[in-house]
Amino acid sequence: MSDTPVLKVVDLSKSFGGVRALHQVNFELNPGELMGVIGPNGSGKTTLVNLITRFVKPSSGAVFFKGTKISHLPPHKIVRMGIARTFQMVKPFYQLPAYKNMIIPLYSPRMKQLAGGKYGDRDAVALDLLEEVGFERDAFVAYKVAGALPQGYLKRLELAKAIALEPDLFILDELFSGLSLAEVATIVPIIEKLRMAGKTIIMIEHRLKELFRIADRVIVMNYGEKIADGIAAEVMESEAVKSAYLGAEAE
Amino acid sequence: MKKRKERIDRGIKVRSGDIFALCSWREMLYLAVPRLLPVVVCLALPLLLGVYWQKVLLSVAVFALLAISWDILAQTGMISLGQALFFGLGAYFAGVLNHYWGFPPFLTIPIATLLGGLTSTLLLLPVLRLRGIYFSMVTLIVPLMLVRVIEATKAFGGTEGLSGMTPFPSRWIELYLIMGVLLIVLFSFRRMMDSDYGLVLKGINDNDRSVINAGINIYWFKTQALFIGGCIGAFAGAFMTHVYMFVGMPVFALDYSILPIAAAVVGGPGTLAGATFGAFILVPMSEALRGFGGLRIVLYGLFLVVFIVALPEGIFHYIQRKYHQFERWVEVDK
Repeated sequence: MSDTPVLKVVDLSKSFGGVRALHQVNFELNPGELMGVIGPNGSGKTTLVNLITRFVKPSSGAVFFKGTKISHLPPHKIVRMGIARTFQMVKPFYQLPAYKNMIIPLYSPRMKQLAGGKYGDRDAVALDLLEEVGFERDAFVAYKVAGALPQGYLKRLELAKAIALEPDLFILDELFSGLSLAEVATIVPIIEKLRMAGKTIIMIEHRLKELFRIADRVIVMNYGEKIADGIAAEVMESEAVKSAYLGAEAE
Repeated sequence: MKKRKERIDRGIKVRSGDIFALCSWREMLYLAVPRLLPVVVCLALPLLLGVYWQKVLLSVAVFALLAISWDILAQTGMISLGQALFFGLGAYFAGVLNHYWGFPPFLTIPIATLLGGLTSTLLLLPVLRLRGIYFSMVTLIVPLMLVRVIEATKAFGGTEGLSGMTPFPSRWIELYLIMGVLLIVLFSFRRMMDSDYGLVLKGINDNDRSVINAGINIYWFKTQALFIGGCIGAFAGAFMTHVYMFVGMPVFALDYSILPIAAAVVGGPGTLAGATFGAFILVPMSEALRGFGGLRIVLYGLFLVVFIVALPEGIFHYIQRKYHQFERWVEVDK
């Protein structure tokens, strides 16, 4: 791998009217790194993801993916370049069976780029991918309508849709929220497998304990600004982070 | 003793996913009848009806096509209130080609179908980003604006319209052309909506952000759906120009926008077959009620209300369920 960072964020800012959602955020992400993004509610974590994937237009600043500027591209083109995200609020196609949900990412032009125009039987690929994220094939969960699936499966479906796109960078927005410890324990190995495959991952999390176990590095957001960046244990010791999390007490 | 309704699939005994093993004539008929029935009905009806009802059948087919066109757009998440736009553009293109350049119907109809589809897509392209009611409002307004443009500029005969179009050689060609096209459109687009491509279109309706997140340009897919819907509507318009031998401002009338929606809603949206079925019920009923004079609209409206309240899912979904499942009352054991 070259030295170009997978993702480079330069002075990224966003204001909604007078509200400053994100202010001059900078960071670089190296190939194969797993970076956690933490911070209190409303600190701009999801806005950061929306700006990188350009679901929301940045007010100023730029984003580079493998050295190419992407912050002016429409969101579908960014996905095609190899960035896949999951949504905090799962967005399945509720009326379709789980495996039919997978057809849409498999229909993506990105698949045609990767597989050179032919991708065989999408249904079969969909079922394989779902089995990989823990849809037990014997139990026929993959055939159930997405609207009837419990939260744990919906989160895994969301992850499987991202994996289907074979991206180089995953952005997982609060994948663990709303899940039980046992459910988190089933997802962690999937993420570790992605890391082994050399994928770069950004994880936005509130579940710090689980996150710190797998993250190489953590950045901390507060009021739209990056207040700390480094190894998890060090970051949590810094005064700025303590005051952000514990509020007035530290002042 | 409490009882509950149990629903059991009538279906085919030996099946796995999409693969069936047909074990009896009964099972073969079970699969074949729903597909053969519309074909037989559409091909036999022209032979069985008198001249007056044959004319009604033409309008049934035209409204069925418009309802299918509406349903394809609705399944892609675009609720159109302006099927008249597609119909009117097709009608005017056919009329102009025939009136000024003397093109025969077998040329005007395909050309008008494509040009009508293309023009309506281009007209609606700027508002493709609008969602929900905002898109609907624009589709409602555009055909009404075109009427005023024609009236004000006196283009294409202005308020008089263009007349003296070449008629079809015989009413049998007329009837079987429209019936054939209706069947082809119904079956092929039903198939399309069930394919992976159709799944993407339905996905846009269900959750457009999730489709974008798959790297798919939803505006390009919406444009394609609009073109398909536009072509179907434009064909209906071009066809009617040659049936009436006239084209004028009434082709942009609200009827061509509203009745297809009523047909799709009564018949059951989301299947195309429901939309067709709805047209086969509503159009003849509207004709049959002519005897009531001024009360016709009241009775017609009343029928719509009763239907929508009693069978909100649509007639087709109801029949489909009854066909595929039987119900029985079973005791609930404590």
